[in-house]
Amino acid sequence: MSDGANGQILNVTDLHTYFPIKSRGLIPRTIGQVKAVDGIDLALASSETLGLVGESGSGKTTAARSILRLVEPTSGQIELDGQDITHLNSSAMVKVRRKAQMIFQDPYTALNPRHTVGGIIAAPFRVQKVEPPGGVRAAVMELMERVGLNPEHFNRYPNEFSGGQRQRIGIARAIALRPRLIVCDEPVSALDVSIQAQILNLLKDLQREFGIAYLFVAHDLSVVRQVSHRVAVMYLGHIVETASQEVIYAAPLHPYTHSLLSAIPIPDPAQQKKRNRILLQGDLPSPINPPSGCVFRTRCFQAQEKCAAEIPPLVELEPGHKVACHFPIAKPPESVVVSTTEEDEAVMAARRDSGPVDSGAMPH
Amino acid sequence: MIGVEEVEGRAQHSPERPFLSVENLAVQFKTEDGIVQAVDGVSFSLERGKTLAIVGESGSGKSVTAQAVMGLVKAMGGIVSGEIWLDGQELNGLSPAEVQALRGAEMAMIFQDPMSSLHPFYRIGDQIVEAIMAHRKVGKGAARKEALEMLKHVGIPAAERRIDAFPHQLSGGMRQRVMIAMALINSPQLLIADEPTTALDVTVQAQILELIRRLQGEFGTTVIMITHDLGVVADVADDVAVMYAARIVEQAPTSETYYHAQMPYTLGLLASIPRMDRGQQDRLDPIPGNPPSPIHLPPGCVFQPRCKYWEQVPESAGHCKTDRPELLASGAGHSVRCLLPTDARRQISQEVLQSLRGEG
Amino acid sequence: MAGYVVRRVVSMTLLLFLLTLTVFFLFNMMPADPARLTCGKACSPAIIEANRHHLELDIPPIEQYQRFVGGIFFGRTFSKDTPRPIECEAPCLGYSFLRNTEVLTLIARAAPVTFWLAIGGFLTWMLIGLSLGIVSALTRGRWVDRTIMGIALVGYSLPSFFIGLVLIFFVILDWNLLPFPQWTTPDKDLGRFLQTMILPWITIATLYAAFYMRLTRNQVLEVFGEDYIRTARAKGLPERVVVLKHALRAGLTPIVTAAGLDLAGLLGGAIITENIYSLPGLGSLSIGAVLASDLPVITGITLVTASLIIFANLVVDLLYAVVDPRVRVG
Repeated sequence: MSDGANGQILNVTDLHTYFPIKSRGLIPRTIGQVKAVDGIDLALASSETLGLVGESGSGKTTAARSILRLVEPTSGQIELDGQDITHLNSSAMVKVRRKAQMIFQDPYTALNPRHTVGGIIAAPFRVQKVEPPGGVRAAVMELMERVGLNPEHFNRYPNEFSGGQRQRIGIARAIALRPRLIVCDEPVSALDVSIQAQILNLLKDLQREFGIAYLFVAHDLSVVRQVSHRVAVMYLGHIVETASQEVIYAAPLHPYTHSLLSAIPIPDPAQQKKRNRILLQGDLPSPINPPSGCVFRTRCFQAQEKCAAEIPPLVELEPGHKVACHFPIAKPPESVVVSTTEEDEAVMAARRDSGPVDSGAMPH
Repeated sequence: MIGVEEVEGRAQHSPERPFLSVENLAVQFKTEDGIVQAVDGVSFSLERGKTLAIVGESGSGKSVTAQAVMGLVKAMGGIVSGEIWLDGQELNGLSPAEVQALRGAEMAMIFQDPMSSLHPFYRIGDQIVEAIMAHRKVGKGAARKEALEMLKHVGIPAAERRIDAFPHQLSGGMRQRVMIAMALINSPQLLIADEPTTALDVTVQAQILELIRRLQGEFGTTVIMITHDLGVVADVADDVAVMYAARIVEQAPTSETYYHAQMPYTLGLLASIPRMDRGQQDRLDPIPGNPPSPIHLPPGCVFQPRCKYWEQVPESAGHCKTDRPELLASGAGHSVRCLLPTDARRQISQEVLQSLRGEG
Repeated sequence: MAGYVVRRVVSMTLLLFLLTLTVFFLFNMMPADPARLTCGKACSPAIIEANRHHLELDIPPIEQYQRFVGGIFFGRTFSKDTPRPIECEAPCLGYSFLRNTEVLTLIARAAPVTFWLAIGGFLTWMLIGLSLGIVSALTRGRWVDRTIMGIALVGYSLPSFFIGLVLIFFVILDWNLLPFPQWTTPDKDLGRFLQTMILPWITIATLYAAFYMRLTRNQVLEVFGEDYIRTARAKGLPERVVVLKHALRAGLTPIVTAAGLDLAGLLGGAIITENIYSLPGLGSLSIGAVLASDLPVITGITLVTASLIIFANLVVDLLYAVVDPRVRVG
């Protein structure tokens, strides 16, 4: 296996994924578009983890699925291991899936309840027609052992396992063919904290052992920090800031990143009470009708007139640190509360009425 | 065994009792697989205006405890024993009608998923009006006016229009604000918030926690916050009760819990969460194994099968596998359910918490 | 909402048009030859040919269909070139040469019977099904619930011809509690009407009631598990309000759908029940028409029944939108 250009496993350029909104009636017409992913670039090297964070409706899950072509991207280019997979047909994609696998959020629905665990983990061998040395059964049992499952439970069904164990089954299935990339979509958010840590450690160990690259999609910034080398922050279909893990968490420049970090309560009561708080008002605007200019400006404490007029490009302000903001800021003002005045309420109301705003309306 | 006279004697108003006092609460559910002991001998108390966080993982019994306090467990077919004292009145012995009169008036509750917790067929204003008129004799017009005021108060923009909206027309954060408005409309003294922000995004979570804090200050409400998120606990709680497998295993003031936790499970939790406020750890230190089935709880300490330290318990203190530890005082306001001697626990606590800090 | 109604009415009209097309050609392709059937015993190819012309079957099917649809809107004349032409006014669903009557007249004669049978049966089963279903849900797991579910199981497994025959045998023949059924309209002789209809109602209601008991029970239990029921209790609402206002409204809404469609289906005729009790309703009419290969009648009844169901569908959907605000958005 050879790496692509610059030793990269994954190279995503200008990816757009729009979902058409159809009118109801006899002959549905496209009356609008949900701009779930609106032009993002991503790159990932082997043994590297890129954390993709954002709130619900930010487009992070759609982005992840588009990269594996589980959702058809509208435009852009996806290069996996030096091969352009953007327009491959489905039979060619089957081969690609040997190199790129996915782990899902909900360990309860991602596994077919009528198949045994052994059958589930062996599925990639069957689909790809791979005969591992020593036979499929031995390979599956080895995988189970590797992810911390008892190989004797080969013939059990998923409902006999706890949430954490089911996620281990999903991981065993994903690593069966030694993929180069695994897209992890909220892999631990359905798990209890004591189990989360087990799974995060397992993912790290597997990366070390097999050199897997992870695209790690999650809303929990502390989890993302634990596993990521680099982090990209998404808001309303755009990447607003990306940098190394250390920089994102210690020295962010985008007002949204500041707000996100300050919104997460830290498990230390004395520190938590002393912290700066930036309290964003309202919810994410509708991705059908995003704000003009900078998508974050409607909730931003830095917003000025320019932000409504011009879209801020994602520019490299420091080596490896890119920010899409007209007014990046290293240290936000103390305890910002973007206050809700009458005027803001009117703006918010107008925004909320401009379409199905609920993040629940977003196709995932 | 408690004699009949004693029960009657205790049922009388006792001024020295704290505002809320739960004593030896137990809840059982009969299922096809056997009896589920959802809550097992839970006791805690709470002073007026304070916030108690009950922390635990799924299945630990924290939600059932809260619902038992609200008197909601019996309607779900649960068997409740023990005593629940709210403002000098024992609730578990009351008739269903008497508890119903207190629910929504003296004590109120908000839930994890604000979408499914609001009735999809009724306008939010009508749902709040219903809560008012269930407890007070006011006209519909006056109740509606009050509902509108409350919606404004909890920060619903354009409340005049939103009052006639259906739940599905609001965002998750707005719905939780509506739930809070509905819960606080009759100025209850006790608010139980069951994972109120778990289904919300962090920026919205921050808004909702801020709102609860503000309203608590205004109304002097006593709050029980049920959560699995140790960050949320650190943010809002005065006291913390840690539940594991139907029991409270440790209880202490918040800072004591974070800086001097003694129960191996609490320490395990603190060690296993990834932390933003400290340097990136290479590996987390998870609690091995899985929680026990609530149908087959271990006879001794419920945490023993996952505990790293149970072999350090001296013989004189008992056997973790067979002897059930009691929740015993270990310092001011701090109680722990563990057979390890106090000195040993403090030693372990210091080592674990210091190593956590050491990474920072 | 208005736009929604308009869209639904338009699509309903389109569907009805497709329906006439399907029904017409489906029955036209049947192997039976009406020209031969109307011919009688002394039959010769010449007479069949003449009949074919007389029945307007000697023209291309498309044209036959045009005349058929034209008849519905503008009326038509049968046996034009004979001394006794038959004027069939709009809406003309055809003419039964076997019975020498307009199809619409036949249907209009039979429809009231079926209407009363269906309505009475419907009310009976809804009353029994809903109330016992709710009681069953509220007493889940206790002996009341088990008894009701036992009854439902029995009712569900008894075929209606069996129930009908057993009822006739015991109630009418053996115990002489009721006279033998003889159809009359309620305005002419209410007592006789009730005496005639009570057993058919019970016969029809048994199967449906059993089905609705189970449906209602499941629906109500499902709703009781919903978070908003917990909220209603947490608000301190009396259990009566929780059950009636919060649980039942949500739980019974889907039942409206099922009930509306079942009623519409029944309005097309209950073949077995009508036959057992000798009720001259649409069911009896259709079975007679099928046995006699009376194509115009079969076509007519099918069209009327299908229209009823399509219409019921619309009504049910509109009702649903009134009850559940989430449906209204589109």
